[in-house]
Amino acid sequence: MTSSIKITNLDYYYDDYHVLKNIDFTVQQGDFFIIIGPNGSGKTTLIKIIAGIFKQQKGDIFVFDKNLQSYSRKKLAQKIALVPQMISADFPFTVKELVLMGRSPYLGLLGLDKQEDLEIAKQALFFTGVEEFIDRRMDHLSGGERQRILIAKAICQETEIILLDEPTAALDLAHQIRIMDLMEELQQKKNVTIIMISHDLNLAAMYGNRLLLLDNGKIASIGSPADVLTFKNLEKTYRCKLLIDKNPVGQYPRVNLVPKKFINSSSFLRNEDELTSPTMHHSFRPSLPDLKVKKF
Amino acid sequence: MALNRSSIIKRITIVSLILFIILIIAILAALAIGSTSTGIMPVYHALFDHEDANAMTSAIILHLRLPRALLAALVGAALSLGGLVFQAILRNPLAEPYILGISGGSAIGAIIGILMGLSRFPGVSLLSFTGSLIILFLIVIISSGHSILKKDSLLLAGVMVNSFCSAVIMFLISMTQDSRLHNIMFWLMGDLSLADVNQAGILAAILLPCFILIFLLSNSMNILLLGKEMALTMGISVKVITLTLLITTSLMVSATVSNCGLVGFVGLVIPHILRLSLGSDHRVLVPACILGGGAYMVICDLMARTLPEQGEMPAGVITAMIGAPIFIFLLKKSKI
Repeated sequence: MTSSIKITNLDYYYDDYHVLKNIDFTVQQGDFFIIIGPNGSGKTTLIKIIAGIFKQQKGDIFVFDKNLQSYSRKKLAQKIALVPQMISADFPFTVKELVLMGRSPYLGLLGLDKQEDLEIAKQALFFTGVEEFIDRRMDHLSGGERQRILIAKAICQETEIILLDEPTAALDLAHQIRIMDLMEELQQKKNVTIIMISHDLNLAAMYGNRLLLLDNGKIASIGSPADVLTFKNLEKTYRCKLLIDKNPVGQYPRVNLVPKKFINSSSFLRNEDELTSPTMHHSFRPSLPDLKVKKF
Repeated sequence: MALNRSSIIKRITIVSLILFIILIIAILAALAIGSTSTGIMPVYHALFDHEDANAMTSAIILHLRLPRALLAALVGAALSLGGLVFQAILRNPLAEPYILGISGGSAIGAIIGILMGLSRFPGVSLLSFTGSLIILFLIVIISSGHSILKKDSLLLAGVMVNSFCSAVIMFLISMTQDSRLHNIMFWLMGDLSLADVNQAGILAAILLPCFILIFLLSNSMNILLLGKEMALTMGISVKVITLTLLITTSLMVSATVSNCGLVGFVGLVIPHILRLSLGSDHRVLVPACILGGGAYMVICDLMARTLPEQGEMPAGVITAMIGAPIFIFLLKKSKI
């Protein structure tokens, strides 16, 4: 396996504020890599540094074993694509115009597209299931549709790495799962490396093969979902009461929030045990009726 | 599917051809209509058939109306293109060189130049360019930092900068005692009546390279509209391209202002109408703004010199009377 992204001893300051501290990790080609962490822990900054938007003050980033600084903007755009949370619709492009812009790293200054570029764009729209919108205007589409079109644009850019900044944040449940399934398909069928920020720890557990937990600019934990999503790790970083059990769907770790009114309810949560032996929580289950969920 | 390499070129060609024909019709109308003679035949005689021509009428058409129409076309083209570029870079459909005070800044420079007794080219033009750059710099500083996307704060900054410029202009005018006063006042309101062939030629020599440069960057402008960060990840050198576009636009605006004063709102009306009918692809919009803005300005100037029963009024009066209500309409319609 080759590494797509390798980060060594990275530090980033915003003015005097030390946003990222001694970050050091590697993402392998074909990983579904999800960055999690509380607000302000530096997730977005990290992804923007990988995208070449911000420049770190210390440390190096290697994209396919070549220093990111040695890539030209255009060459980097052929390796890494970014899917933002949303884009402004002040200047409404059609879906076709927007997705074709994904080809611009391969085209000349005027971006004159050839027939094959249109084919790639159409395939990308087909892959994300929005090909019927090709002649519609972006501002006439819903949030979920727009997000899939932005993903189609990233696919059209034909990069080996796709970065996503909370792509499901503003979407309803059906659209969330659709986007995640889509990214998984992309990772498995086309061996694209997915690096995603997510606030949804349960989605992260179900889709990510490796998770990175950031806490206040430092790596708190990195590894498989089972290694990272432990009571000990999460309580320390998120500083709130949580209950971690097994998701009946696929046996992934499942993170449950515990409202204040239940924190002292001893039948529900055995706080002392948790603190002394955190490993118990993998097998810990609440005294609630066991939910059987059909596998699908 | 029709879209292939030739299709975007085809679209640019068709749109340009239609607008070019409209521009030619507008120029012919400007040549044909006037206080001394009206009709298309004298124009034909003056341009192509010199034997049948009435010497007096031909002279008016060739030496008064033609340079004026060409100057109007250049000014309209530069101002609407300037509006288009500002709207794309500031991502604000209401941005325009006049509203943002860029025109005002170059007017201050130009007036200082006139009062110092410099020649129109290069002295006045250079001072005018300097003035527009200073205001541009100011606007960029005010609107960057945190709130470049906030429409109201950018426009308010522009309005304030513009009022300041107006105050400085009034101050400079009030210090002027001699006969230049009337000329400055008239020129300020956007006056094309002093056009001659040389002036149109110099302006064309400055503007045409700017037009070409902006057209070459039109696809980058499309991508910039997706946002600065998106553009960076799509291979665009955002800083270099933004700076090139802003400086080129200031050069165009100051060149037109030092030639014919403040003509407002052209850069708002034309890009807006064209965007409504042609969409957001700047590879089409840039040539369309050049040709359409030219035609619009020729017609506005024609109205300015034919509507009053005696004499004429500055073309800037007409563009403002059409443009200001459209601006208010747009402001009311935008959801922010």
